[in-house]
Amino acid sequence: MPGLTGKDATLSAYADKLEQLDAPKGRSLTQDALRRLSKNKAAMVSIFVLAAIILIAFVGPYFVPWGVGEVDWTSIRKPPDFEKGHFLGTDQNGRDLLARLLQGTQMSLTVAAVATIVSVFIGVVYGAVAGYFGGRVDAVMMRFVDIMYALPYILFVIILVVIFGRSPILLFIGIGALEWLTMARIVRGQTLSLKEREFIEAARAGGAKPFTIIMRHIVPNLTGPVVIYATLTIPEIILTESFLSYIGLGVQEPLTSLGTLISNGGPVAEVMPWLLIFPAIVLVTMLLCLTYIGDGLRDALDPKDR
Amino acid sequence: MINYVLRRILAALPIAFIAITLCFIVMRAAPGGPFDRERPLPPAVMQNVLAHYNLDKPLWEQYWIYVSGVLQGDFGPSMTSYDFSVSQLLAIGLPFTLMLGMIAFVLATAVGIIAGIIAAVKQNQWPDYILVFAVMIGVIIPNFLMAALLQLGIGVHLGWLPAGGWPGFSIPHLIMPVLVLSWPHAARISRLMRGSMIEVLGTNYIRTAKSKGIGERLILARHAVKPALIPVVSYLGPGLSYLLTGSLVVEQVFGLPGIGRYFINAALNRDYGLVLGTTIFYVILILILNLLVDIVYAWIDPKVRYR
Repeated sequence: MPGLTGKDATLSAYADKLEQLDAPKGRSLTQDALRRLSKNKAAMVSIFVLAAIILIAFVGPYFVPWGVGEVDWTSIRKPPDFEKGHFLGTDQNGRDLLARLLQGTQMSLTVAAVATIVSVFIGVVYGAVAGYFGGRVDAVMMRFVDIMYALPYILFVIILVVIFGRSPILLFIGIGALEWLTMARIVRGQTLSLKEREFIEAARAGGAKPFTIIMRHIVPNLTGPVVIYATLTIPEIILTESFLSYIGLGVQEPLTSLGTLISNGGPVAEVMPWLLIFPAIVLVTMLLCLTYIGDGLRDALDPKDR
Repeated sequence: MINYVLRRILAALPIAFIAITLCFIVMRAAPGGPFDRERPLPPAVMQNVLAHYNLDKPLWEQYWIYVSGVLQGDFGPSMTSYDFSVSQLLAIGLPFTLMLGMIAFVLATAVGIIAGIIAAVKQNQWPDYILVFAVMIGVIIPNFLMAALLQLGIGVHLGWLPAGGWPGFSIPHLIMPVLVLSWPHAARISRLMRGSMIEVLGTNYIRTAKSKGIGERLILARHAVKPALIPVVSYLGPGLSYLLTGSLVVEQVFGLPGIGRYFINAALNRDYGLVLGTTIFYVILILILNLLVDIVYAWIDPKVRYR
């Protein structure tokens, strides 16, 4: 063929081979991480169980014979009864526990999702700004994080709830707004090393403004550690929410959450153990799965432990 | 060393100050005063009540009164328990909370460190697996659930221990609260200790000590434990803060007469004065305890002192 040197011929042959998939192919970092994750049995099982819980929590209510607030006057304080469709029993007011449990799980999952997004957003922006500007800005911002670290943040959530009333939205935002400290630290550390890289210098030379550099060039490169840490934050947030609901400051009736259910079930567990046991099983399973997934992701994505 | 301690104290003071200011601002930013009722008080009465609590003065003056009060150990009035000031309520609950917290803290730290050492030495053998399991339980099961389950199992069904209450000092009544409070703490500490111990045992100087023929126990006691303790000591500060907030729930569940119960009741009744007084008190307590931890840290790790 005219115009082709020997080298080009070899290269084209190689390209043809690549197309037919019999040449060695490289693996991207993500593929590598996914492969490692899929080899981690505990994490894989946890992902399936958690997916099942989420699916059941959001789809399940359409298949449960009883509504959330529906009172069955003929069976109050009854243990699981399959004939009437109370698969997990009823509470003191004759409400179906399964329906309430699904709604509570939904609520806990929603709080976890929203609060995690809030905390990731604040943490990433705060950490990236502190790390990128460095110097005095960094010193002041990180000093503030240190101060917040020393304080019992749950007390601040309680103060917020006491003062602004007990709405679920406030709960979402309040928990998220106080759970970002560790995220900010991690992001700052990553940013400090990222900002010395050539592509940031190139962006700066191209006249990009600091905000653009942070949002377009730094934040996307933080995905790995942010994802790992966010997964580890979710169980903390679920715990915080159930803690608040447990002491009566979280989700209010008629809505319910796992913490509220456990708090209602605890005092009557002697005579109606099902009211404590079933919410407890769901909560513990969820936390267990999230912990294993977080650990699995960390092992898969963190280059340090390879 | 004295220099270092002084510097730590100077660093802690502004933090306490900022926390007090923050709490004060949040309290005053709240919509509605503590005396707003569905049926409004007559203006004259309202005037007197506000004057009694200094709420009719300008904001900066209120702030000044509050801060100087806190400095003198006066955390302001309670807005629902009219006959008591916050300081009086704190004085009633404090000895118990401190006792419970200290017992749990010391016990958990000791058990956590020892368990971590054993697990590191017997890595991937049965003591290690038992520890991993115990840690998992401690970290996964929230303290209120653990408390409820223990009450139900040991307190009610087995009847081995009283399920709650406080009839004056009695050790059986303390066992379950201390267990619930210390388990998560011990779990985290033992996990840290195990990790750092494994790292230390892999270092060259431990290999040198082994090759010189020093016995395993002596190596552990003399050479391995102290450097391995460093991450544990740095966790003790945040750990304490977790433990103290955990005692809120434990006191509530087991019906124990500490500060936690006042705090929760105050929060449920929207008693601003008591909630803020208690929070500020907790903050100061935690700062003092953190200071002690920092001093221990400097004592263990000489590098910290000269930073």
